Amino acid sequence: MNDETQVIPVDLDRLQSRALLVGIAGLAACAIAAVSNHQQFLRSYLAGFLFWLAIAVGCLALLMLYHLVGGSWGFVIQRILEAGSRTLPLLALLLVPILFGLRVLYIWARPEDVAANTILQHKNIYLNIPFFLARMVLYFGLWVALAMLYNRWSRQHDGSGDGSWIDRAERLAAPGLIIYAVTISFAAVDLIMSLEPVWFSTAFGLMVICGQGVATFSFVIIMLSLASGRKPLAGFVTEQHFHDLGNLLLAFVMLWTYIAFAQFLIIWAGNLPDEISWYVTRLSGGWRIWALALLIFHFVVPFFLLLMRDIKKKAPRIVGVAGLLLVAHWAEMVWLVEPSFPPDRFHIHWMDVAAPIGIGGIWISLFVSQLKKRALLPLRHPKLAGVWEPAEET
Amino acid sequence: MEKDPLLYGVLAEFDGEHELLEAGRRAYQHGYRHMDAYSPMPIQGMSAVIGFPKTRLPLVVLIGGLAGCFGGFLMQYWISVIDYPLNIGGRPLNSWPAFIPVTFEMTILCAALAAALGMLALNGLPRPHHPLFNAPSFAGVTRNKFFLCIEATDPKFERDQVRRFLLSLNPREVTDVEQ
Repeated sequence: MNDETQVIPVDLDRLQSRALLVGIAGLAACAIAAVSNHQQFLRSYLAGFLFWLAIAVGCLALLMLYHLVGGSWGFVIQRILEAGSRTLPLLALLLVPILFGLRVLYIWARPEDVAANTILQHKNIYLNIPFFLARMVLYFGLWVALAMLYNRWSRQHDGSGDGSWIDRAERLAAPGLIIYAVTISFAAVDLIMSLEPVWFSTAFGLMVICGQGVATFSFVIIMLSLASGRKPLAGFVTEQHFHDLGNLLLAFVMLWTYIAFAQFLIIWAGNLPDEISWYVTRLSGGWRIWALALLIFHFVVPFFLLLMRDIKKKAPRIVGVAGLLLVAHWAEMVWLVEPSFPPDRFHIHWMDVAAPIGIGGIWISLFVSQLKKRALLPLRHPKLAGVWEPAEET
Repeated sequence: MEKDPLLYGVLAEFDGEHELLEAGRRAYQHGYRHMDAYSPMPIQGMSAVIGFPKTRLPLVVLIGGLAGCFGGFLMQYWISVIDYPLNIGGRPLNSWPAFIPVTFEMTILCAALAAALGMLALNGLPRPHHPLFNAPSFAGVTRNKFFLCIEATDPKFERDQVRRFLLSLNPREVTDVEQ
């Protein structure tokens, strides 16, 4: 069933230590630069934070989606999703520099700017620092709590083989997904949209959710391929699994494009000063080329590649598409954050690259250490009955 | 030996799905390619065993989709820019973002129609009669019978050899099917 082409041999231990080194080096470089250019550091850091937050929260969301609808696509990636969800406390920690820099990043957090703007005064009831902090505590509290519940039930099930733990996970899945959709929409409004607090779009949260779906499926495909040489995944993962994941990735790519374009079309058709200004900045000068590249590499190229069965079924090929989409997702985060700041013309800083790599190194190191803690498949699951003896669990 | 123009193929009936799956595998290993399996329900792995030729349907759907895409866009372009130019809110005549929804829907519509009609055309449907209905026992295929038919169009087809080969697979019966 499992031919060699599905396996990309990678030493996970080495990946873990190397990622940590890269992460520390990247963040250290950014920290030094932050002394002289605090605002640029925070902008780049925010984009990098959003990139990895999308994958960590996305892992939690896909885990709940799998428990809600089932399917073998989720069965093989369950442990990857669980390990990803266990990194959420790290992201809560990584949020701290942003919280200390609220006045630098967000115009609504600066009293002198609010005093000069009546719209911001009206919005002050929602956009103020204490309430912002309370909301962040609420979002991360809910996400971490959901992640802890799912991981605990999964461990209990591994220990006892009692199916009632799976039942619990399935019962919480629908309410959990509703909680996810609402909290991540609000978090997108708070963290990204409020960079330009006069602008608003009701499709924004949904667009961010779809982008998270793209990023998370891309990440999971890459990780599944990296881990598929290890027992017990080796010999169990087939090209059909990559085919299914590729189809789901294609669906999210199309959904993201649909929502992102719908938002643009409505604002473009309305052409109101408060709304269109967001796009005017993002579609002029160098940002226009950036946006065009987003359209091509976040939609056109992956769309046509993912239509082809031969690409979805062969791990090295679909991993290539997934890697491209991760880069495109980073470009989207930069495109959402950077144009919010003066100067209005195109500007990109080396920290826009270094900060995501720095955060990512530390995040991946933690992720791999979490992934190694448990068997790569839920060995007591009824699906595996008779395939593995419990003794192999260790 | 010259081929019989009146012969559609040789049909063998088997006891059940496992026997049919095994027979299909053996026939494929033996070198036969133009064959088909018939059963009352879908059999897991059957299409992989007897060979699943690549169809041209994806190409048909792609052409349909592209035709819908460009046709839909050009239709709107022609209406708004060439045939009946109207100043709407001071926007340029070729306001492409407004054309995208219709272009998108036309792409889907034409691709779906191409898929449905192309599938029928490539399958040679609709077709009121099929030569296999000439075999008296074949009517049972919708209830409880399992068949493998090696067709006369197969490059390796030679009636007596095929009969002997199919008989070696331990079938219930083997019959010639006329056109």
